Amino acid sequence: MGQIIELVVKRIALGLVTMVVISLLIFVGVEALPGDLATAVLGQSATPETVAAFRKELKLDLPPHVRYFAWLGGFMKGELGNSLANQRPVAELIGWRFGNTMFLATSAAVVAVPVALILGILAALYRNTLFDKSISMATLSTISFPEFFVAYILIALLSVQVVIFPSISNINEQMTFWEKIHAIVLPSLTLTLVVVAHMMRQTRAAIINILASPFIEMARLKGIKRMRVIVLHAFPNALSPVINVVAVNLAYLIVGVVIVEVVFVYPGLGQLLVDSVSKRDIPVVQASGLIFAATYVALNLLADVMSIISNPRMLNPR
Amino acid sequence: MSTIKELELLLTKGRITRREFIGRVTALGLMAAVSPTLLSSTAKAATPKKGGHFKIGITGGSTTDSLDPGTLTSNMNQNVNWQVRNCLVEIDHNFNAIPELAESWDSTPDAKVWTFKLRKGIEYHNGKTMTAEDVVYSINHHLGEKSKSAAKGYLKNLLNIKADGKHEVIFELSGGSADFPFIMGDYHLTISPAGTEGKEWEKGIGTGGYILEHWEPGFRALTKNNPNYWKDGRAHFDEVETLSIVDTNARTNALKTGAIHYMDRVELKTVHLMKRMPGINVTATTGTAHYTIPMRLDQSPYGDNNVRMALKLVVDREQLVKQIIRGYGEAGNDHPIAPVNKYHAKDLEQRKYDPDKAKFYMKKAGMLDHTFNLHAADAAFAGAVDASVLIKEQAKKAGIKINVVREPDDGYWSNVWMKKEWSMCYWGGRPIEDMMFSVAYSAGAPWNDTLWNNERFNKLLISARAELDTDKRRKLYVEMQEICRNDSGTVVPMFNQMVEASSDKLAHGPISGHMALDGMRNGERWWFKS
Repeated sequence: MGQIIELVVKRIALGLVTMVVISLLIFVGVEALPGDLATAVLGQSATPETVAAFRKELKLDLPPHVRYFAWLGGFMKGELGNSLANQRPVAELIGWRFGNTMFLATSAAVVAVPVALILGILAALYRNTLFDKSISMATLSTISFPEFFVAYILIALLSVQVVIFPSISNINEQMTFWEKIHAIVLPSLTLTLVVVAHMMRQTRAAIINILASPFIEMARLKGIKRMRVIVLHAFPNALSPVINVVAVNLAYLIVGVVIVEVVFVYPGLGQLLVDSVSKRDIPVVQASGLIFAATYVALNLLADVMSIISNPRMLNPR
Repeated sequence: MSTIKELELLLTKGRITRREFIGRVTALGLMAAVSPTLLSSTAKAATPKKGGHFKIGITGGSTTDSLDPGTLTSNMNQNVNWQVRNCLVEIDHNFNAIPELAESWDSTPDAKVWTFKLRKGIEYHNGKTMTAEDVVYSINHHLGEKSKSAAKGYLKNLLNIKADGKHEVIFELSGGSADFPFIMGDYHLTISPAGTEGKEWEKGIGTGGYILEHWEPGFRALTKNNPNYWKDGRAHFDEVETLSIVDTNARTNALKTGAIHYMDRVELKTVHLMKRMPGINVTATTGTAHYTIPMRLDQSPYGDNNVRMALKLVVDREQLVKQIIRGYGEAGNDHPIAPVNKYHAKDLEQRKYDPDKAKFYMKKAGMLDHTFNLHAADAAFAGAVDASVLIKEQAKKAGIKINVVREPDDGYWSNVWMKKEWSMCYWGGRPIEDMMFSVAYSAGAPWNDTLWNNERFNKLLISARAELDTDKRRKLYVEMQEICRNDSGTVVPMFNQMVEASSDKLAHGPISGHMALDGMRNGERWWFKS
């Protein structure tokens, strides 16, 4: 147990360093893009005079390092600052959107992870049968199509042809929990279809790998049923690679869903990040970028911890 | 010449009001010939009903949008701005300036000093009463060194603005401007309480027909009917919900499934299918919007008018209208004045595709070997890249070489437009000739994207601005359009219609071509049939 705590502490410390480096990279990246917020917001209607006034108001005329350290100083004190574009506090802009992103990701994960694991186990159980091949083919097909295509097909089938679910998922705070769930069925289903294949194939491969081990042979020789061998003997030993793939997919569900958000008009963090980058709204880009980075760091850490817990050899090293 | 059939068509399409229709038909002495059902049905539609939750799906919204009137850069915040605020002047569907917060206005004979009389007893959503001081504050917001407002350019000749008592505002201009009231109808120049600044703009306190309840830039705005609204026969919905739906397919599906009642920017490739859908009306409105291809005259060889002429002649406008905007628009004549504008020079010869003549001019300039770089991105307008490729092919016939340079959408307006020698561009147009010419064609104007400087044109611009006699003005503007057509650095290939779609549960009066979404005031002007 002590080993796990040590690992967690170490990794969190390293994670914080990573985040500072990332914040610097984000800042340099946005600075390197041509133009700044003043030219991006004013667009076609920019004049040298108005751009200069805008820059002055937002202190964009200060040198980059001064602005970066001003931001970093604020961030260390827990201040995320205000959006440059409309002066709204970044925390207020991001808070509810992050909640929405987590809501959609969770709803997709709750369906996708069990389905993928069960399908993976079944595929390993009925290896090389028609069943195995057809689910492989089905899930690989859904992952091969671009997300927006899957989304449009679902909308065409379940929203236009048969009117069951709404085609846009513009949830708001006045809606009840179940209304929200009803509204996000299609985006959630789209994401599920997109992530299932990866996890399912990994589960299948890991189990099949384990099935070649001597202890499985032993279990078989003892006459244990095939299903029991796979679920109780093989699967626990296959967990480590599966957990890692699940973690990567969960992170994807949180940070990689911009297209689904756009198609379904879902107010998540992705659209905010894209808009903020295109308008060079650095405080918002920084905050969203760091949230995404933190998500990856945290999920990777969680995956490692889970791998250790799931493996007695790693949990009690000699 | 309008026959009764044309008038009937105009009426059913909503291009003219019922009153105008009766007036014009009576003038023709043909009242008896009018089908009785026509007037009764439009009469029914013309009585607005109150109530309902109106949902608009709109393009262009961004999470960085603001309700600061100085930086209203997207369809979404422009529309919401006019739901909650008013201008001094409203521009109606016939491009007339009609009273809004000002009940009347008057000028000195040289059109240099304008006095606006304000309506009395008008309250903001927060209960404060509107005064002349607020008007002065709201206009000053766009002026001065600190202002980042896009409206600064229009107000360049405003010397001084002052309140005279509580209900009069006096504007002093550096030169006569007969169309000054139209400038007061510009969407930036809405009136807010004095002292509004910073974050307070986002509260949207105004005198408008709807009160801002929720405002989440780039996602959603919700406004509720203002029970105290002062304008008669306007703002009929209980609530207006404006949703930012960037993706065209998402907007179309949302309209089809009833999740929204109104969408802008219909996909022209599929509009014929949309027209067949039950319960949906597609409207195509002719306005002032147009596409342009400006050349920088300070860069060789665009300084030579032979080159400019050749490039203008080598653009097949008919084909562009057919292929790029699928017939929803008309060919441009290399000047920015739209057919709906009051002083449009309709007798000016339409420029036609003429490869032989183009070759002649290009040869004269000695530039047949030159390769012209045309910079394009769809950020300029939907289909800009396709249009460039078409023009490249059209130019081949004249032996003129064009190279299409694809530019990124991101940062197009700051890095490509006005920076590169020849690029694609889009203008929403202006309701009056003076604004359009002053903003983009007069010497020294910040958005003069060709750096064109024609002495005669600039002189005419100033005299036309101060001219109060309409016949004389027409002559001046017609000449200016001709100069622009034959000398300026801009190709104006086409005027595009605004194609929008709405639920057939909605009713409306004549649709304005002044801006998209019925002059950006569909929330105020439309209603549910029942």
